[in-house]
This record gives sequence, structure tokens and C-alpha cells, in this order.
Amino acid sequence: MAAEDDVKKLREVFGAKVLDTTEFRGEQTLRVELGVLHDVLQKCQAELGYEMILDVSSLDHFGDDPRFEMVYEIATVDDSKHLRVKARVSEEETVPSVTDIWPGADWHEREVWDMMGIPFSGHPNLKRILMWEGYPFYPLRKDFPLAGRPSDMPDVAFTGVAPLEGGPFVTCAGGEDTVRREPRARVLE
Amino acid sequence: MTGKSPAQPIRIMVSPSENTLHTAYDSKIEGNVIVTRVDAAINWMRKNSLWPMPMGLACCAIELMATASSRFDISRFGMEVMRFSPRQSDVLIVSGTVTYKMALAVKRIWDQMPEPKWCVAMGACASSGGMYRSYAVLQGIDRLIPVDVYISGCPPRPEALIEGLMKLQKKIEGEESTMAQKKEFLDQIS
Repeated sequence: MAAEDDVKKLREVFGAKVLDTTEFRGEQTLRVELGVLHDVLQKCQAELGYEMILDVSSLDHFGDDPRFEMVYEIATVDDSKHLRVKARVSEEETVPSVTDIWPGADWHEREVWDMMGIPFSGHPNLKRILMWEGYPFYPLRKDFPLAGRPSDMPDVAFTGVAPLEGGPFVTCAGGEDTVRREPRARVLE
Repeated sequence: MTGKSPAQPIRIMVSPSENTLHTAYDSKIEGNVIVTRVDAAINWMRKNSLWPMPMGLACCAIELMATASSRFDISRFGMEVMRFSPRQSDVLIVSGTVTYKMALAVKRIWDQMPEPKWCVAMGACASSGGMYRSYAVLQGIDRLIPVDVYISGCPPRPEALIEGLMKLQKKIEGEESTMAQKKEFLDQIS
């Protein structure tokens, strides 16, 4: 059974709660409401054979509402099927943790919490994984500057603003000569 | 050689003269004494026995390991005694990207090293943050601890590290620690 059959089955079970499905070069993507996200993933693991979680990531659609989007990449262990499940999350909402379905989601969710600031409910150990506890920002949000922001926690760590010297440096693919192709400070259009 | 008496003891003499007892000048010592300044002697001893504290934080550490191994062999310069305790080392080789999370740990290790101590910033990241113009990376270890030698490269080749350490030896040669102490003492009593 292929992933597209699973998508059909999930549409039948969850009806209008499955907002959208897309197929791109054989990759199946399922967009669901946040309310049924945990149930959908639970069903995928328990009944459809997706034993493995490959990645949990998040997007920041800054300026849109709801602002964030969760992305779950799940697969079977023999790699016969691969499914991507997405759900939009607003800034006030909490995402149900999937660590009860796949224990491997633990660190992925901690990373999402650390970098994007999306909280999870039911996570056994929701604390920062890369930055230190007490760091006041979420660095992968769109409104966080690339150069960083100054912060200071005495005896733990501090951060500063990196000099960008007119950057960020952007590589221009397909430029006429090496000077135009190599990474340089450019104004992005 | 023939005709040598077997009873004659072997004598090691610097001076051909055996009659040295009644003179103030001791010819046995001549040739075994070097007259120098204390600073020069101290610097000579320090520079030829640098014990590095390897602070391997990223890919530069691989080059540091290569430098210590047989192909490049920094024991030729008296630096092979890598100490993994800061209390036993003289020179901190910061090799790699110093993140803000690691920065205070590096500072703490530096603070635990006994004087006299030196610091080498190996590679672009340790010197200036390198390509990481980022919220997470300290923009050069010199923002936290004083650096004696910067080595360019990403990562520098072992030859570059050896060159940097030889520059450090040159720098140590020119130090005037006892003269500075003497000056400080004279300032205090005056």
C-alpha cells in the first residue's frame, strides 16, 4: 500500500479536518487542523505502519495568521512509504506533543521550542536544546535579525551583535563571471 | 693507541692545566658557564617547553591533532606535551568556532591556567568569528581573553600552526619578566 492510499484513508476518516492534500513528484503532503493533528499522527503510527519519525520542523509565516506551521516527516522503517503532515499554529496555541507516539520526537520538539518558540503540551522534558535556559529570544523566527541580539545571563552566557559589514553575503547563481557569482554583500530584491 | 698505561685514570678536563688549586680562577668550570641575563635564561627555558592546552572546538582541532602527530611533530619545538588540564599548561590553543554557549567555559579554562600563559587563536573562527556572522557565535576569542598570536586559515594547515607557535616563541624571547618585576618593586619602594 502506497502513501497516496493512506492519504485517501485519512481523508475518509477525518473528513473536513484534513484541509488539503498535495502530491509533488510522488511526495504526499497532508495539511490538517491542529485539533486533529495528534489523532492523525496516532493513526498513522498505529494503523498505517509509519513506525518512524524522520523530522519535526516548523515554519514561520511572519505576517500571516496563524503564524507558524508544524511539519512532521514520517516513514516506514523499510522506507516503502513516506508522508508529510502539516498543521498551522497561531502564536497563542500549543501543539500536542507526539513523544507518546514516537519517543524519537523528543529532541526534535525541543529544537522547535528552542528555535521557534512553539510550546508543546505533554512533552516530558520541554527545555531548550541548543541555547541555554534563560536565553530570551527565539533565533529562527523571521523577526529575529540575522546578526543576533545582545543578551546577558551572568555566569551562564552572553550574546552580542555580529558585524555583518553590509551583508548578508549572497551567492548569485548563473552570474556572468566569478566576481558576480561569488558570495558578496548584495541588496536583495 | 699503544704504550698507554692501564693504571692511568680517565680524566675529563676542560683546561689542559692540572694546577688549579691555588688560584681563584677555576679552569674546570671554564667552558661550562654561560653568562647571560636572567630574563634571557628564563625566556629560553619557557619558549622551548611550551605545554599546550588544546581547546579543540571545531574542524581546526583536526589540524591541531595532525600537527601533534608524527608527520608534522611539534615535539621538534618542545611543544608535544599536550595537557588536558589547564593547571599544567602554558599555551591555550583555541582551535575552532567559539559559540556563546562555550565562550564562558573557554574563559574559565583560561582563568585556571597558571601564569605565565599565552593564547593562540587558531583559524578564522577563533580570530574573528570567521564565516559565522551569527547570533550564536562569539566574534573572536579576543573579546574574552587576550590573544598573543592569530593564525589565519579555514582551517590553517599544520605548517601554519607551527609557524604561529614559532612566532609565539619569538614573542616569548623578547619578554622581560624579571625586569618588569624589578621595576614594579622599585616603584613600590620609591
